[in-house]
Formats: sequence, structure tokens, C-alpha cells
Amino acid sequence: MRRAALILLPYSWLIALFLVPFLIVIKISLSDIALAIPPYTPNLDLSQGWAGIKDFLSQLDLDNFKFLTTDDLYWKAYLSSLRIALLSTFLTLCVAYPLAYGMARAPDEWRPTLMMLVILPFWSSFLIRVYSWKAILANEGLLNQFLMLIRVIDEPLTILNTPTAVYIGIVYTYLPFMVLPLYSALEKLDGSLLEAAEDLGCTRFQAFWLVTFPLSRNGIIAGCFLVFIPVMGEFVIPALLGGSQTLMIGKVLWEEFFSNRDWPVASAVAVILLAILVIPIVLFQRNEEKQREAEG
Amino acid sequence: MAEPNSKPNTTVFAPWTDPDAVPLIRFRNVTKRFGDFTAIDDLTLDIYEREFFALLGPSGCGKTTMMRMLAGFENPTEGRIEIGGQDMANVPPNLRAVNMMFQSYALFPHLSVYDNIAFGLKRSDMPKEQIPDRVNEMLRLTRLERFAKRKPHQISGGQRQRVALARSLAKAPKLLLLDEPLGALDKKLREETQFELMDIQEKTGTTFVIVTHDQEEAMTVASRVAVMDAGVIKQVDTPPAIYETPNSVYVADFIGDVNLIEGTAAKTGEHAYEITYAEGVDPIKVTECEHEIAEGAKVTFAIRPEKIVVTQDPPEDRANAMQGKIIDIGYLGNLSTYHVELPGGQMVKATMTNASRISRRDYTWEDTVWLGFRSSAGVVLSE
Repeated sequence: MRRAALILLPYSWLIALFLVPFLIVIKISLSDIALAIPPYTPNLDLSQGWAGIKDFLSQLDLDNFKFLTTDDLYWKAYLSSLRIALLSTFLTLCVAYPLAYGMARAPDEWRPTLMMLVILPFWSSFLIRVYSWKAILANEGLLNQFLMLIRVIDEPLTILNTPTAVYIGIVYTYLPFMVLPLYSALEKLDGSLLEAAEDLGCTRFQAFWLVTFPLSRNGIIAGCFLVFIPVMGEFVIPALLGGSQTLMIGKVLWEEFFSNRDWPVASAVAVILLAILVIPIVLFQRNEEKQREAEG
Repeated sequence: MAEPNSKPNTTVFAPWTDPDAVPLIRFRNVTKRFGDFTAIDDLTLDIYEREFFALLGPSGCGKTTMMRMLAGFENPTEGRIEIGGQDMANVPPNLRAVNMMFQSYALFPHLSVYDNIAFGLKRSDMPKEQIPDRVNEMLRLTRLERFAKRKPHQISGGQRQRVALARSLAKAPKLLLLDEPLGALDKKLREETQFELMDIQEKTGTTFVIVTHDQEEAMTVASRVAVMDAGVIKQVDTPPAIYETPNSVYVADFIGDVNLIEGTAAKTGEHAYEITYAEGVDPIKVTECEHEIAEGAKVTFAIRPEKIVVTQDPPEDRANAMQGKIIDIGYLGNLSTYHVELPGGQMVKATMTNASRISRRDYTWEDTVWLGFRSSAGVVLSE
């Protein structure tokens, strides 16, 4: 009884906060646009009884999904998002790995401080932090001023409103999500394993490549998914830093919802985005499970 | 090379008694400091090829530091270490013909047993096609053939220990370092493995240096034992010599059980002394004392409990006899330990084999008994 109650609690949360909203989104994606409140039709009218439900169901169709295939904007946006998400995940990994490695190797008394510094950005608004990158990357921004001051460049670089700015923003924002799982994997690493590798004839670099790196694999996988999945649907960063050049599905979604007020098409875009993300989410879960098995 | 006083079992293999033998490892005035802490203090020591050398001492005595310096993980602050005549300063661990078996075993969790053993061979200049043969040979030596494909977390502690041994032996090192290798095993498995280790050491002809805090283990496996305390080696000798003729109270007390009786020495003849330890009782007569002791010096007489016999009547065949009262009896099955109080209040432990049934014993608690021992049974220590 108690066991069932314990399980029921998280499941009821999931049902209320995820499954029900998702079913509503699916329902909207199967509806048609309407100049009304809410801006779609049909609406379920339970007062008509069984006939009302039948009538309601007969009006649902896949027209919105068919529409998505007719305009190449959508699949281009999906592909572009995928490319940006993959590349920025890789870049975040490259920046985060040395950081996490350094933290894990730091003296014990320093580690809580370093950990604090990684989490510190979360204490201020995400929006403000991304917005302030505009001030850094703009043509008259801090970065260009600094580079011109030390005479590395003669005229300002155009970074803002290019994909580069989006990558910088994503790497900056998602760095903690990559650092934390990497750190927890590297911190667990037994130092005597590296000594054993050196003792058996490895150079320091070989020992890293043959022991440290494979043993941090689970951290790498976890970190990559934690970055890749939200970046796929990212809206704020490309909207603020990417200008009109950067096409991402999150932005398309926003425009469908708020500019075109076409909720059914926007919902269809969201459903397909979720379908794309289900694959990495399942892989991520499987990796976590395997890790737990190996540890238990 | 048989010296008149050398013990019979050391004439078989005893390069340390041969002045012409060249040691494999030489510590020359080695000092190691970590900040203010001196882990090793001006240590000089020779270890010979094919030896099974044990570093024995309480935790924090510097034995692990010595081993880590041999492996190359630490460098001496002062002095030099030579292996095979070569100064090892600035030779990194991966370029030393030395392998180490770690206390935690340090097996690579992501590699199978086979790949763990092959790890070092793949980094060596051994031709690729010879590696499987060598790994299989190691698997056979440590009886692990059936577990080659398993990962370390899928085998038992004893098997893991054998994988660690096989991995460290695979490259056929000149010197194998074993850091508390049997610490994680239960008593029975540990004893079994000790003999296995000796067997493998003999088969491979490798020089073994073992670090342990378990004196029984050191006595069982080693050809020589170095007893360490606070960064200093107190005594280096064969296990029987360490046990029978310790050179200091520290060594006598650290190895096995011992009675320590303080007194004043008086010379009575060649290598013979009398030790007065209490008023109104006969002094202890000691013969075969190899070192010279000053007249009237304060000394400690050390005697092992099993060298003392407990009898009801005064023993006639023992040079020393003292009367006392049994305070306590520890019954261990095969042995009984008697705690006997001498008239001066000194407690003496005596161990007797329970040759006959316990019900046949003539003395029990509170009985007055005689303790007897030969004049050569104990040693006189001035340190």
C-alpha cells in the first residue's frame, strides 16, 4: 500500500504537469486555426453527450503536419537547430572538460569554492546574462574595444547577430550543465589508477587517454545530453544574439505562436520537435541506467 | 662463505652475507621530507637480486614512502637510490623496470581481466603477436584462465588480487613492489596467498619488496625483514634472527609477544652476564650474549613467552628459575598462556603447549609455580 502511494506521487505529478499539457498540445496540433478565443477549432462540448464527442473527433485531422512538409522553412529550421545543437554541445564539452578536470584535481579545500563559482551564474537572471553578451559582442562592445586597444585588430569584428554569437551564448549558458556531470565523474576517479597506468609504462598523456578519458565517459554522455536536448529548442539565445541570420526551430515556434497566432501549426512544430528529442532522451536514460547497474 | 656463527637456513640463499655480492637496490643516505614532516630519515639499505624483502612497521613509519620512491612516484629530498647500478633520480615511473602491485589493486574498471594484464605489455616494445601468449601464461600462473573476459567488478576480492599480481608481473620486471598486497583478504585466503606469492616469486626469480604492517605475513614470506619506525630502519635481518635476537626493545616488542624485564647488568664471564632485576631474588643468568655490555649498565632483558616453562617443582635442567603466582590463564586450545606475578610485582607471560588434556593440569589460578628458562633463551638489550 505504502509502496503504491510512494510511486503514485511522482506519477501524478508527471501526469498533471507533463502528460495532460502534452495531450492538449497534440489536440491543438490536430485542430484548425480560428479567429476566436481560443484561436482554434473544434472545442470539445460535453453538453451534447456522445454525439458531441463524435463530432469533435471527426473534425481533427493531420493538415497542420502536412502543411509543415510543404514549406521548406520548417525542415531547414529543424536541420539548422540540429546542427547548432550538435556543434555547440561539442564546443561546450571542449571548454568544460579542462575546467572539470582542473576542479577535480584541485586541493580538497578549494573544491567547494570552485563548485560555487560554477553555479554562481544561476543566481542572476538568465535573460540578463544573455542580454549583457550583446554589450560585450557588439561592434562598439567591450570585446572589440579591448582588442582594438591592444592593437590585435584595426576595425571592429562583427560578431553580434551572427551564428558565432549564438555559439558563444550557448557555450556560456550551458557550461555548468556540462561541467557538473563531468566533475562528478572525474572526481570519483581513483588516483592510483593513473599511477598504475604510469607504472605499467604509460606517459602522462597516454594515462589520461587510456584511463581518465574512458572512465569519464558516463559524465561526457550525461553532460552532452543535458546540453544538447535544451539547446535543440533554444529560443532566447538565437533571438537575442543571432539576429535574422540564425534559423532555429525555437524561433519559428515563437513566431507561429505570437506573430502569426497560428496555434495549431505551432503545436505541430512542437510535437515534431519532441519526437526528434525522444531519441536522445531515451539514449540518455539508458546510459544512466547502465551506469547505475555498473555502480550497484 | 659459511661463517662460524651463521644460521643453518641462511647458508642456502644469503647474498647479504657475501661481501662480493652486488645489490640490486641501493638506498644511499636517502631522506624524504614532506614539508616539515620527515618521512624517511637518512636511510641506507641494500636489497639483493631474487630477495623477498619485507618492509615492516606501523602505519606512518615511512615504509610506503620508500616503496613509492622505488616506483618513481616520489623523489628523495636528499641522497640517492640506485637500481641495478643506475641512479634513479629523474627516471619517471614509466621508464623503470619496476612494477607495483597497489594496495587497492588499482585495476582498470573499464577493461577486462585479460586487457588489464595486457595493459603494460601493449605499452612495451613486445611484438604484438607475442602479447596473447604472455597474457595467457600470466593467467595460468595465477589460475585466472576462466575469468579472462570478466570485468574487475564481476570477480571476487581474491581473484582481483591475483589479477593485480598477474598485471604487475606480466612485464617481467626486475623488481616487483607489493604494497600491503593481502590487506583486503580474509585470514584464511591471506595465508593461502602468502604461500602462493612465495611460490610465484621462486618460479619467476623476480626480486620482491613487500610493504606490510602484519608481522606474521612478513615473517612468513620474506627472506629478510626490515623493521621500521618513524622513518628509520631499526633492524634488517632474516625472520628467525629478528625474532630470536632483536637488537632493540622496539623490535623485540613489535615482533611477537615478549617479556621485558629491566635490570642492571654485571659481567660474569666470556659473553656471560647476570642481570639483577629485583631485591632478594637470584639474578637472571645470561650466556651467549654477542655484544659487550658495560658493568652496571641499565639493560632490558627480553624473553619470549614460549621459551619459559611452567612447572610445579623447581626446574633442575634450567639455569634460571623463579617462583611466582599464576594470576591469569589464557586458553587458546593448542596453547595456554600463563600470566605469572613475580615477588617484586613483575608480570611474566609463559606459553605452554597443551600436550595433555586440560583436566590433567596440576596448577591453576592463584597457585604458586616455578618458571624456568635456559641462560641462552633471552637477549639483553641496552636500547
